[in-house]
Amino acid sequence: MSDVSRPPVLEARALAKRYRMGDVEIDALRGVDLALGEGELTVLLGPSGSGKSTLLNILGGLDAPSAGSVHYRGRALDFTDDRALTAYRRAHVGFVFQFYNLMPSLTARENVALVTDIAPSPLAPEEALALVGLTSRLDHFPSQLSGGEQQRVAIARAVARRPDVLLCDEPTGALDQRTGVVVLDVLDRVNRELGTTTAIITHNAVIARMAHRVVGFGDGRVVRDERNTTRAAPAELRW
Amino acid sequence: MSALARKLLRDLARERAQLATIALVMACGVAALVSMRSAYDSLRAARDGWYARARFGDVFVSVRRAPRSAVTALAALPGVTDVDARVVGEVRLDMPGLDDPAAAKVVSLPRAGMASLHTLTLTQGRAVDPAHADECLVHEAFARAWNLRPGDGITAVIQGRRQRLRVAGVALSPEFAYVVQPGALVPDDRRYGVLWMNPGALDDAFAMRGAFNDAVLRVERGASVRAVQSAVDRTLAPWSAVASWDRAHHASARWIEMKITQLRAQATVLPAVFLAVAALLVNMVLTRLLGLERERIATLKALGYTDGEIARHYLSHALLTGLAGALLGVALGAAGGRLILGIFAQFFRFPVLAFWPTPATVALGVCASLGASVLGALHAVRRAVSIAPAEAMRPAAPARYTRSRLDTSARVHALPAAARMVLRELARRPLRALGSAVAISLAAAVLIAGRFTFDALDRVIELQYFRAQGDDVTVSFREPVAPAAALDLARLPGVLRAESQRTAAARLRHGAHTRECALLGLPADASLRRLVDAHGAVWTLPSDGLLLGRDLAQRLDLRAGDAVTVEDPTGVLPPREARVSALVDDLLGTSGYLRLDALDRLQRDGGRITAVALRVDPTRRDALLRRLKVYPAVASTARRATAIAYFREQLGRESGVMALILAAFASVIAVGVVYNNARIALSVRSRELATLRVLGFTRAEVSAVLLGEQAAQVALAIPLGLLEGRGLAGLLVRSVDAELFRLPLVVSRATYLFAVAVVLAASALSAALVRRRVDALDMVAVLKSRD
Repeated sequence: MSDVSRPPVLEARALAKRYRMGDVEIDALRGVDLALGEGELTVLLGPSGSGKSTLLNILGGLDAPSAGSVHYRGRALDFTDDRALTAYRRAHVGFVFQFYNLMPSLTARENVALVTDIAPSPLAPEEALALVGLTSRLDHFPSQLSGGEQQRVAIARAVARRPDVLLCDEPTGALDQRTGVVVLDVLDRVNRELGTTTAIITHNAVIARMAHRVVGFGDGRVVRDERNTTRAAPAELRW
Repeated sequence: MSALARKLLRDLARERAQLATIALVMACGVAALVSMRSAYDSLRAARDGWYARARFGDVFVSVRRAPRSAVTALAALPGVTDVDARVVGEVRLDMPGLDDPAAAKVVSLPRAGMASLHTLTLTQGRAVDPAHADECLVHEAFARAWNLRPGDGITAVIQGRRQRLRVAGVALSPEFAYVVQPGALVPDDRRYGVLWMNPGALDDAFAMRGAFNDAVLRVERGASVRAVQSAVDRTLAPWSAVASWDRAHHASARWIEMKITQLRAQATVLPAVFLAVAALLVNMVLTRLLGLERERIATLKALGYTDGEIARHYLSHALLTGLAGALLGVALGAAGGRLILGIFAQFFRFPVLAFWPTPATVALGVCASLGASVLGALHAVRRAVSIAPAEAMRPAAPARYTRSRLDTSARVHALPAAARMVLRELARRPLRALGSAVAISLAAAVLIAGRFTFDALDRVIELQYFRAQGDDVTVSFREPVAPAAALDLARLPGVLRAESQRTAAARLRHGAHTRECALLGLPADASLRRLVDAHGAVWTLPSDGLLLGRDLAQRLDLRAGDAVTVEDPTGVLPPREARVSALVDDLLGTSGYLRLDALDRLQRDGGRITAVALRVDPTRRDALLRRLKVYPAVASTARRATAIAYFREQLGRESGVMALILAAFASVIAVGVVYNNARIALSVRSRELATLRVLGFTRAEVSAVLLGEQAAQVALAIPLGLLEGRGLAGLLVRSVDAELFRLPLVVSRATYLFAVAVVLAASALSAALVRRRVDALDMVAVLKSRD
């Protein structure tokens, strides 16, 4: 069901994942096929526990599938080679998490520098923070920033390495609507201005309206895959 | 600076209290290592340097009277480079204000044309003028004790003749770095010293014109000292020489060697204990820290940091802590080493005893500290880094608690919830609880190791001076005298009872083994001097036969019932057979014990005696001592009370400083372990504890959950620590030269209580510190934050 108009940057084939959580076995993914096209903003929509985060983690090389494969620009990721996975993340992937995952002991600028220190041709931290509208908060610690600001720092950190793929796991999940819209606007701008292939996981159906494409998830499977004929601007979204 | 480096510095600042306690434990280990090892190095370097510079002898021999022509024979022996033949004797000194006589060893200065060995170091005044028979040099220790200066006069009784001597200078000799009167346990600088005089003056006094009674030889490098000794013994045999001895058996050199050995043992055992505890602490704290950093580690991985970079980042926490501990430890160690050496300088008279922490020791300390840190951190870091990032991103699964056998017990069910939580936590992680208990127990062990010497010395005093000795004064004669001397003394006013003693030097031979020893003869009905063993048992001397010290017997491979050959070391008397009746665990020296009449039969000189033990009327004691002072035959009068006081003071000073240092160190361990444990428990379980508060538990109840676990560990640690302490004390006892002194392994109840009290106090302090944090727990914030 992949989109033929854009060449896929990242492609999952027949992905399955089973893991243990304490004494419980969970089938998080049960055979997922999905391709993310170049420059496309995809929203992965589904209730919690539907396997979206697991898929994102595997696409980003954070987790290994129990079966199936992932291809980055046509080359299969080797999940047994931790070094190669690290190099893949380092060079190509940006992550945005629901709970921001900032280092509390580092300022906004330093949190971004965590990535620019190790990326081959990054944006300057200040530049990345300007992109998310935080020029005035460069030297604030996470505890001195609001949730929305923290998430924007996290986005700045993710885009500062100029990733080919930006994977966002419930980026507005911990935010109120007004702040959530600001964050979505930043993601939309990054997608438009830098052309970064972006995948946003959410259980909030409203957000799907801003995407090029909406992939529905349920019980570890893709249940729908549609393209929006018209995209809403983030500012228009209400929930 | 990279962002990760900044994170490191800020993390360190946040964890400073915990890391500081670890660094302090580490510092104690490094300080113990640097101070003891450097003191060891310094003492050894000072000794070796001095021995070499001052041409300290390799072989020593004492002879009754040998003609000076024998010196040529000695010098011609293969392997011998230098010979110094001297006249050496014991003299009495009449010091003003001292009721009992002081004594001194008097040694002749080198004759013109003789090899000069044992070069003296003049610390005051000038050398003796060969033209003045009345001039002498005084050993520095004695000079200090009496405030003697060049130009002062002293009265000596040399071979019964009173003589006024003039002090030309004050000197030190490698031969007398440690001056102890023969038969005494510790130096008494007011009552025993060393004098050096012109050979001519001593030749006349000791009737040694053209002869000598003592020789020192230096042996060529690489030559066998043992072979030279045998050759010397053969050469001097015609003149009743006592068997020669080497440096290992030289009185002063041997005490120094023992101290050096002890220091080395301490420098090995104690730092190892501290560094092990520090490594354990690093492990505990880092495991906890990394547990809390789970998500951050995952984030760093997601951002593209490699396992190596992340591992380095977290290892740096441990390394920087270790480095801080090492630097502090080196500084503390340098100060402590100076202190230790200062104590030694009070016993050992060296011309230069400079403290110098060697670069190798400092490097060893730093490496040991860093090594312990890395060792402690390695497992925790490896485990944290090996978690797959996606897994780390998920909250950790709830800790696995299962119903254990504990839960089936009705008694457990009857416990309050807090106690049940404590029990389950302990049951869930028994190894961790045990590890903490072991760490705390080591604090108690170190405390015991630091204090038990007092107990041991108290026992020695009790056995030696109270149970074995019942006399007030022991009068020793310059040489064996007729038994009637005891009767003479008994008739003196103030003497309530007098008992004869005889000490004779002997060489025991059994098969291929020989050993020099002292035979002590006591009357059958002796009550003023009895044979008491290390366990306090009083032995009755057999009517015939010999009781032998167990250590001596073992060296001779003798068992009770065996026959042993008793030889006269001077070769005058023919060898005789004696039967070993039993082996005795005696405390001091290498001795055999027998009845006075049995010793008479061996010596065959008409029942001569060498000392008389006196019970004295206390009101007339001083008058009696003054009277004894002028008896020419008397070499010394030893008062039991004085001996006890000296023993306590001298050995107490050294042990006291050690005990103090170790008590401080042990407290650091106890606080370090308990505080860190409680802090870790607090941070890991803050959510749980805050929940309890929300549910309506009081602060005290919540603290009980947290601190109950620590209390249980301390309770387990204490008996463990007492056992370990005894073991550690045993290890240190073994570093004492058993032929000189057998320190009994005694740990008093007071010492055990002291250790328990310090551990409890340190634990209570740590608990109070953590309790403050429990009280300040922000319920809402904790519950809001994500696990």
